[in-house]
Amino acid sequence: MTNPIYLDYQATTPVDKRVLDTMLPFFTDAYGNAASRNHAFGWVAEEAVDTSRAQIASLINASEKEIVYTSGSTEAINLAMKGVGEMYESKGKHIITCLAEHKAVLDTAKHMEKHGFEVTYLQPDKTGAVSAEQVRDAIREDTILVAIMWANNEVGTINPIREIGAVCREKGVLFFSDSTQAVGKIPVDVEADNVDMICFSGHKIYGPKGVGALYVRRRKPRVRLVAQMDGGGHERGMRSGTLNVPGIVGLGKACAVAEADMEKDIAHSNGLRERFEKKIFDALDYVFINGDENRRLPGCSNLSFAYVEGESLIMGFKDLAVSSGSACTSASLEPSHVLQSMEVGDELAHSSIRFGFGRMTTEAHIDFAAEQVIDAVKKLRELSPLYEMVQEGIDLSTIAWTGH
Amino acid sequence: MAYSDKVLDHYDNPRNVGSLDKKSKDVGTGIVGAPECGDVMKLQIQVEGDTIVDAKFKTFGCGSAIASSSLATEWIKGKKVDEALAISNTEIVEELALPPVKIHCSVLAEDAIKAAIKDFKDKNGSAAPAEAQKA
Repeated sequence: MTNPIYLDYQATTPVDKRVLDTMLPFFTDAYGNAASRNHAFGWVAEEAVDTSRAQIASLINASEKEIVYTSGSTEAINLAMKGVGEMYESKGKHIITCLAEHKAVLDTAKHMEKHGFEVTYLQPDKTGAVSAEQVRDAIREDTILVAIMWANNEVGTINPIREIGAVCREKGVLFFSDSTQAVGKIPVDVEADNVDMICFSGHKIYGPKGVGALYVRRRKPRVRLVAQMDGGGHERGMRSGTLNVPGIVGLGKACAVAEADMEKDIAHSNGLRERFEKKIFDALDYVFINGDENRRLPGCSNLSFAYVEGESLIMGFKDLAVSSGSACTSASLEPSHVLQSMEVGDELAHSSIRFGFGRMTTEAHIDFAAEQVIDAVKKLRELSPLYEMVQEGIDLSTIAWTGH
Repeated sequence: MAYSDKVLDHYDNPRNVGSLDKKSKDVGTGIVGAPECGDVMKLQIQVEGDTIVDAKFKTFGCGSAIASSSLATEWIKGKKVDEALAISNTEIVEELALPPVKIHCSVLAEDAIKAAIKDFKDKNGSAAPAEAQKA
């Protein structure tokens, strides 16, 4: 076992060996430009790109013509939201999203606000989920787009996408779902789930970084976008720029592997999480699960260890690579906007750690990690004036704190 | 974020962790910060005459906050009350090589020293020198 142990699968994943092996020839031998129509190098590259398109389409039950390659989810989000905004602004300039979205969505929405759009930010419930009813209530005459994430990247909560999609369809509003954390991890079916656009990145599903895709529905309804990148008219004019052929080949293979192994991957990740959480809850008191315990991404475990602060915890996990929702790990000094939007309380937000388990995580990793977490929490609670007060029976909410 | 060796040392081996009897007349207790801000320091001093003979702390906060309060107890132990009052956060920043984003940790440690001394003085009327009480 090599240290540190990687437990941050929501941030990124290692490239699967099967994926890497498929990619390698496209760097050195089949290095053609997929847009070169005049020679075999180009044809080989184009064929590889088409194979990937079919693999991606198969995973999400789309047609190949509905896949637009991008550099990743952030670019796809920008293209989807700004592209729809510019195309349909004569119909209306109102969009709906949620406070718990990834910054790529929130910052794009902010950008659109500066350009005259009005944005409604739905407040998620305390598990981080948005309901179809909330969306229904927010839709207005001039609403042109609803952007709600499939699954939350920090707490793993899975939104009721099919129901939200049904509301959007009924109201004639386009529905975009950032599905970066969902595609390849849980079943995603663009037809059954009523989505018009979704996006994802290769590196979250054991593929390479720097490549992703946007699904754009072609029928019922046909979604039209204004390109955000002008150039050679690649990707049916929606995204110009020479295709990243090795990356795209990797993305396609990653999707094919994910489709073939999904059941196995889900069982593996969930089994590991169960093992981890059992050990933690058996050994420690005052630990809380952030997110919806029953509707969480496989392998995602976001826990708050009350009365100890997240950054100091991470210092204690010397051999673990994990993320914290604490302010102190960021430059902003604000705790996670996701946990804040869920109103778990800033105090618990400061005490949160996201553990992510995946395909390459083993039971030995889990056992080692649980032990290190338990030791660190116990040590820091010995140091914690809050834990001491709680042990003495003092209600922390009755104290007049001197905030700073 | 990379921590200085001194921060890591205080985190791994915090000095003077614990609690003194807050009801005792010769003990001053300072609690500063707030849980929702992500740091709370409790710093206690035990005073004999005008000398701090013991100091203890407990801190909820990041590694830099723990190190700042640990260092503070180390520095004030054996000092006269007035000398302890003169410790400023910039000395803590220098000693621990805190980056700008962690300066508030040192401010909190200075506040904790001052709050503990104020509590001690409040308990003991004007028995101790009374200048510069306000944190």
